[in-house]
Order: sequence, then structure tokens, then C-alpha cells
Amino acid sequence: MAPWIERQRNILDFTLSSLMRRKRKTLALVFVYTLVVFLLASVLFIASALKKEASLVLQDSPEMIVQRTSAGRHDPIPLSYLDSIKGLPGVQSARGRLWGYYYDSIVGANYTIIVPETGPSGKGSIDIGAGIARVRSLLAGDTMEFRSFRGEILELTVRDILSPTSELVSSDLIVISEDDFRTLFGGPEDRVTDLIVRVKNARELPTIAQKIAERLPDTRIVLREEILRTYEAVFSWRGGILIIILAGAALAFMILAWDKASGLSPEEKKEIGILKAIGWETSDVLLLKFWEGMAVSLTSFLLGILLAYVHAFATSGALFVPVLKGWGVLYPKFRLVPDLDAPLIIALFFLTVVPYIVSTIIPSWRAAIVDPDAVMR
Amino acid sequence: MIELFEARKVYHAGEPNEFVALQGITLKLNAREMTVIQGPSGSGKTTLLSLIGGMVRPTSGRIYLLGREITSLPERFLTEIRRRTFGFIFQHFNLVRGVSALENVMLPAFPTGESRAALKKRALSLLGLFDVASKAAARVEHLSGGEAQRVTIARALINNPDAVIADEPTAHLDTRLSCELMEMLGRLKAEGKAVLIASHDPLVAEAPAVDRIVQLRDGRIEGDG
Amino acid sequence: MIFHPLIIALLGASLLVCFLVLYAAAFGSQILRRWDLKSGSELQLALERKTYLISTLLSYLFALELLSLFLFIFTADRIHPFFIGAMCAAGSLDVNGFGTATLLVKIASFLLAGLWLILNAVDNRGIDYPLIRTKYAFLLGIAPLVLAETVFQALYFLRLKPDITTSCCSTLFDSSGGTIASSLAALPAQPMKVVFFVSLILTAAAGILFLIKRRGAGLFAVLSGSHLVVSVLSILSFISVYFYELPTHHCPFCILQKGYGYIGYPIYIAVLGAGLCGLAVGILAPFRKVPSLSEVVPAAQRKLALTALIGLVVFAVIVVHRMIVSNLILR
Repeated sequence: MAPWIERQRNILDFTLSSLMRRKRKTLALVFVYTLVVFLLASVLFIASALKKEASLVLQDSPEMIVQRTSAGRHDPIPLSYLDSIKGLPGVQSARGRLWGYYYDSIVGANYTIIVPETGPSGKGSIDIGAGIARVRSLLAGDTMEFRSFRGEILELTVRDILSPTSELVSSDLIVISEDDFRTLFGGPEDRVTDLIVRVKNARELPTIAQKIAERLPDTRIVLREEILRTYEAVFSWRGGILIIILAGAALAFMILAWDKASGLSPEEKKEIGILKAIGWETSDVLLLKFWEGMAVSLTSFLLGILLAYVHAFATSGALFVPVLKGWGVLYPKFRLVPDLDAPLIIALFFLTVVPYIVSTIIPSWRAAIVDPDAVMR
Repeated sequence: MIELFEARKVYHAGEPNEFVALQGITLKLNAREMTVIQGPSGSGKTTLLSLIGGMVRPTSGRIYLLGREITSLPERFLTEIRRRTFGFIFQHFNLVRGVSALENVMLPAFPTGESRAALKKRALSLLGLFDVASKAAARVEHLSGGEAQRVTIARALINNPDAVIADEPTAHLDTRLSCELMEMLGRLKAEGKAVLIASHDPLVAEAPAVDRIVQLRDGRIEGDG
Repeated sequence: MIFHPLIIALLGASLLVCFLVLYAAAFGSQILRRWDLKSGSELQLALERKTYLISTLLSYLFALELLSLFLFIFTADRIHPFFIGAMCAAGSLDVNGFGTATLLVKIASFLLAGLWLILNAVDNRGIDYPLIRTKYAFLLGIAPLVLAETVFQALYFLRLKPDITTSCCSTLFDSSGGTIASSLAALPAQPMKVVFFVSLILTAAAGILFLIKRRGAGLFAVLSGSHLVVSVLSILSFISVYFYELPTHHCPFCILQKGYGYIGYPIYIAVLGAGLCGLAVGILAPFRKVPSLSEVVPAAQRKLALTALIGLVVFAVIVVHRMIVSNLILR
């Protein structure tokens, strides 16, 4: 066992010294390699953090939303439907929700307007999301003008700006009182936008959903699970698209790896010839090449991940986030929270180190099979 | 110690540039003997050395080393035997540039898995034997011709070989250094090693330590004495 | 198709693996046809140099297969939120017919690649490449399996569409279900415990017998193979239950998760390792008679048998320890 370790050690020593002897080539390779790892890692880290953020925020959203559809389109739902729902076994609570979209032509943005479940937002005043505050340059105490469904101007005072910690979901939010909502949007008093249902046992959600659908055939039921799934899908999809685009870069990287490994300078060829002449075997030279690849790979991999980590979480992904978030006009400002785990790192490993190593197998072998007697001449 | 039977070496067989380097060599080399292989360039000296030293496999014929046939041994076994049995001194020194003299001497033993500490000790003592221990840490580019030559000899001895093979060792040396070299090789012979030198330098052939001269021409042995 | 980065990584890796094995097989067939050790011709020398390439390719293949096996399960676990009813990797794999097929073929490829590498290591110690033909014929057999694995895996991932209904592992492995997976878990715990421990003792005994008396290699190999199967069945039937402390949870993949301390990894590495080494002892047995391997094979067999026994013991210790400390009592 010990001779095996000594052999690895000795050859590894020589590998490192021989890499240092070819500083320029080694550094160029490490630079490109690190760049590739950095790009891919940034994409993965940011996408994963966004996913996590979204799912954390959605945790507080209702497990079940009941909406009414008419001719396939969304329609206000009668409050009377609550009676059919409240009576079902397993339902903890059910209530109506009022919310809608408002298009602000000044900045070309859509706001989400919602009436809160609890707490006052007295008539005449609103709380607005940080994104809106930025885009319209508003502070608490300023007034905002809205155009009601009747064409009248409704003036509302900004009472508070919503906390930045929840920006991902609240950036474009306006919290309004029920009276103001009705003034703005109109609509019958006995109808609301949708109903939210809370159940005692999450496992019973599908059953309860089914029963509601039976009793109220003109409704559509959306489960929080499905929203989470959709977010997962979108973030993964976007992350995946970016990676596919970067595949072009990855391919170029592999070609570079092959080329660098094959393109032995005369110095290098001579060195290997000498080694074989003085008693190194092909498998010893292969080991040398293996350690070379490992040294370069591990250095670049760790460096690339470190830089990506800093990029993703200290600068909150300044370079990539626009593509991944895709929210149109209003960009929430928030800090990404690291959420790394082993599979992410392993996926990165497979996407970077593995292609590199595979690209260098054949060139390494070609270098290693040099005939020792070639050096005698 | 080393025996060749009808060894032939053909390069690029079957192609237009087919070249027969050696044509049926039968030769026997013994321990405690210094043999010089003489002949013009192109006579196959280097190929013969490679063949004897286990660096190349004959196209046909057999080779025996210490009674054991090594003709068709797979490379990994051949290399192991070669490491233990032969030390090589090359025409152009062939030291690894950018690496210290000491490290160069230790290199042939890296694959054996010997402990680095023991290896270092032995390498240093070898360098001392040839009076270049002071240059152990120096990079080979900074060594003079004579010093480099001694380092090469030290390297050839790191694995305690039974035989030393030298290919045109005096090609880049002046008279004084050449004589010194022959004297050092003579010492090795006295210790019981077999020494084989390929050279067309008359200084080598006329050295007092030489026991036998083999004349090679066009891949064939013309004289043996 | 779900564009998850993990899936792209797996598909990419499997393409690379395909390339490796096809390249190796092409050279392998060349060696099979033209190998002639006695000849000193340049072709023969080139072939001998090629053997280094193939060994290197296969070593990387083996390492990649092992990594991608675990990554595959990881990925299946990661994507389970996309499917209604899927609570872990088992649910994801059940979404379409290729999921479990891919897993089984991956395990088979891993085992065969491992056997090839062991065979190769033994062959290299013989001074006249005694097993060269056997080795490369074997390689030609592994190649189609690896290709099949790539195809299955690609089909599995390409046919995945989110929101497809599938069985969650608790209905999949629930005793009352109707799928093959559930009928395996339905193997009653008590008899299965007996079978497991009997199999363990028999296999260990055969291994010790082999180590001491140098006989019974074939028996040990067969017992190792069957113990591998018994171990997996036992994990499904009762071992996993002891970890989850829930009588209806039989999933073999959830023990790989963080929540259970990643205990699944040592378990599966021990089980697969012991199975591989035990099988290898049997595979090598017929070659004891080859003159240049007369010392090499027995030495290798001893080492393999020892490794297999260690794997058996490690797994047994984990299982017994868990059975004792678990809060569950299973009758």
C-alpha cells in the first residue's frame, strides 16, 4: 500500500513542477477553465436560489384557491359559494379574496391590487410595493392617481412602502381597502375575485378539491402545489436554456482542452521521451498526465465555484439575473440567499470537469506511448 | 549476462521506406567487461544499444537477460527489468531542464514507489561520489559540461543496475573530460558491472579499461575482439 | 422534456460514456482479430500500446457509471415536485416505463465494468497477456449494454412531462398496490428477515471457507450474487422501514436523502461492492489453471474475497444497529 502512495506522491510532485515550468500555457488553460466553471456555476446557483426564495415566499400563500370560470374565462365568484365549501369535512376556513390588475400607462407597468385579509388600510390610503415606489419615485405621504372603471380620477395617499424583504412577490403590489377597490373596479357587491380555502390536513387536499368541483361545477381549483411546480418548471427551464446556450462555450472548451493536451511543445515531447528512456513506463506517464488534468481541473473548479458564489450571493447575480427573473418593467431588488447542496456541485462537476477529462484521455495516451528509443537518436 | 540470437530490427516493414537496421545479430556480453561497439553512423549502433537495453523489441530473433528470455515481455515487465538492470548515459545528456540536478538523479526511481527520503539520501551520496554534491540544488541549465556529465552518470546508477550503457558519451566533451569519463566507467567495471559503449571516437576505443571491441557495419557484425 | 441542469448533465455524461465505450470496443475488436504476442511486428507493438488506452477508457467509464448512477437517483429525487403524487425518486422513476429500466441497466453496466477492470488487472500481472482474448470478447458484450443504458435514459428524460400523475412511493411500495414494485415490498417482513440473515451467514461462511481452504470460489460467487439480490429485496421489505419508522414506507431511495443522514450511500456502496467482489472471485476461478497466472489469480481472489466480506459485515452492522435503535417494532 505504501509504495503505491509513494509512487503517486512522487509523480504528483513532478507533475506540479512540470506544470509550473510551463507557466504561460498552464495559466491560460486555468483561466479559460475557471471562466467556464464560473459561468455555469453562476447560472445554477442563481436559479436554485431564486427557486428557493419563491418556494419560501409561497409557503404563506393559500393551499387552495377556488376560481369561477365562465366560457373558459375567469369570472368573479359569488360569495354564496362559500356555504357549499365551509360545510365540507376537513375544511378549516374559507373566505373571499378581492384582487385585480391595474395598468399604469405612465410607466407601462401592471400593478397587482389586493384587499388584505386582516388589518386596516383605511379608505383613501394604500400601501405600495418597493418596485412601484422606485419606478414612480414615490414616498410615503405622496398621492397616486388612478382611473376608475367609470373614468373618474381616484386619488389615494401612499401610507407605507412594503418591506423589501418580501420584494419577490410584493414588488408590484398595492394594498387597498375594500371600499376603494370597489370604487376603482366596480363589480357586484356579492361577488369576489376568488375564494381561498385552508384545510386541516394537507393530504386531503385532492379529495376536498374533488368534492368542491363536484358541488360547484363552474369552478376551477388551483392548488399551491401546482403553483410551486410551475415555478420549479419555469426556473429550471430558464436555467436549462441558459445552459444549452452555454453548451456552445462548453464545446469550444472541450476542443481547447483536446488541442492543449495534444499540442505538446517539443520541450514537453522531449521530456516525456527522457522519462521513458530512463525507466518510466507508459502507465507511469499516463499517471503523470492524469495528475496534470486533475491539478488543473480541481484548481479551476474550486476557483470558478468560489467566484460564482461571490457573484451570485454578494453581488446578487448582477450579470444573469435579468434573464432568469424576466419580470418586465418592475425588477424587485432583493438579496439572493445561498442554497447549495451536493447535487448542484455534482451537476457542475459533470458539466465541466468530466468533459475536460474525457477530452484529454486520448491526447494523453498519445503522448504517453512515445517510444523510448526515439530519444536515443 | 546478455545474449542476442539472430536479432533483427526492421523499421516501416512492408512500406516503401522499409529500413533494416540490424540483420541477425548474435552477441554475448558479460559482467565485469567493458565492450565498445564501433562503427560509422548509420551502422545500427544506436539500435543495437536500444535492443540490448530493452527499449525496443526485435522484429525477429531472441534476447536473453541473465538467462531469462525477454523478447516478448509486455512493456510493464520489460520496463521494470530495464530499470533494475540498466543505467543509461545518453549522447546529449538528456537531463530534464528546469529541474534540479538532485531531482534529475532521483527521477528514474519515482515509479518504484520507494520512499522519497531514502531516495534523496542515495541520490546525494551518488552525486558525492562524482564530486558534484555541491551542485545538487542547481538547475541543470546552470551546470557546466563536465558537471552535467557527472550528473548523468549518477542518474544512471540510482537504481543499482547490473549494466551501464552509454551512447556516444564523449561526443560533446573535450579530451580531458573524455579521459575522465573513461576512467569513471572503468571504475564501474571494476565494481562488477557490465559496461557497453557505442562510439566512433578513437579515444574511447583506445582507453585502457576496454576489454573488447565489436565492429558494426550496415547492421552486421564485422569484427569482434 | 424538463430542462433541468441535472438532466442536461446526465444526458451529456451518458453521451460521453457512449463515446468511450464505442471507441474502446472498436479497438477491442481490432485486438481480437490481429493479436499475436510472439510477433515483433509494428502492428503488434501498436496493439500493445492500444491496450493502455482501452484500460484507461474503461477505468473512466467505471468511475463515470458509478457517479452517474447516484446522480441519476439524485436527479429523480430532485424532479419529484414536478409530478403529482410523487414524494421522492421512486415516484419520478415510475412516471414512464423507462425510469426503472434505466436504473437496472445502469447497475448492470456498473457491475460489468467493474468485473472487466478486475479481469484486466489480473491479466496485466501475467507476463504473456493470457486473458487478452477473453477480456476483449467480454468488452464487446458490455458495449451494447452501455448503449442501451444511454438510450433508455434519454427516452426516460425526453418523455418526462411535468404534472403527469404517478404513484407516490407510498402507494408504489404500499403493500396493497398492484405493481411489481408493490408486490416486492409486500414480501412479509418476518420471513424476509430470516432469509436475509440466513443468506448473510451462508455467504460469509462461504467466503471464510474460501479464504482458509482456497476452495469453493464458485459457491461464494453464486452466494454473493444471490445475496446482492436478497439485500435489495430486504431493503425494500424491512430494512428501509426501520429507517423511516413508518410501516408503509418502503422506498429504497429515500434513505439517500439528507434527512436520513445519507445512510443510503454506505449501504449501497457496501452492497454493490460486496456483490461485485464476490462475483469476481467466481469469474476468476477458471483462470487459475493458466500457467502465467498460477500465483496471480489466487492472490487476487483472496483480496477480493476479503473486500467482499468487509462489505458484508459493514452492511450487516448498519442493518442490525438500525434494527436495535429504531423506534419501530416490526412483526
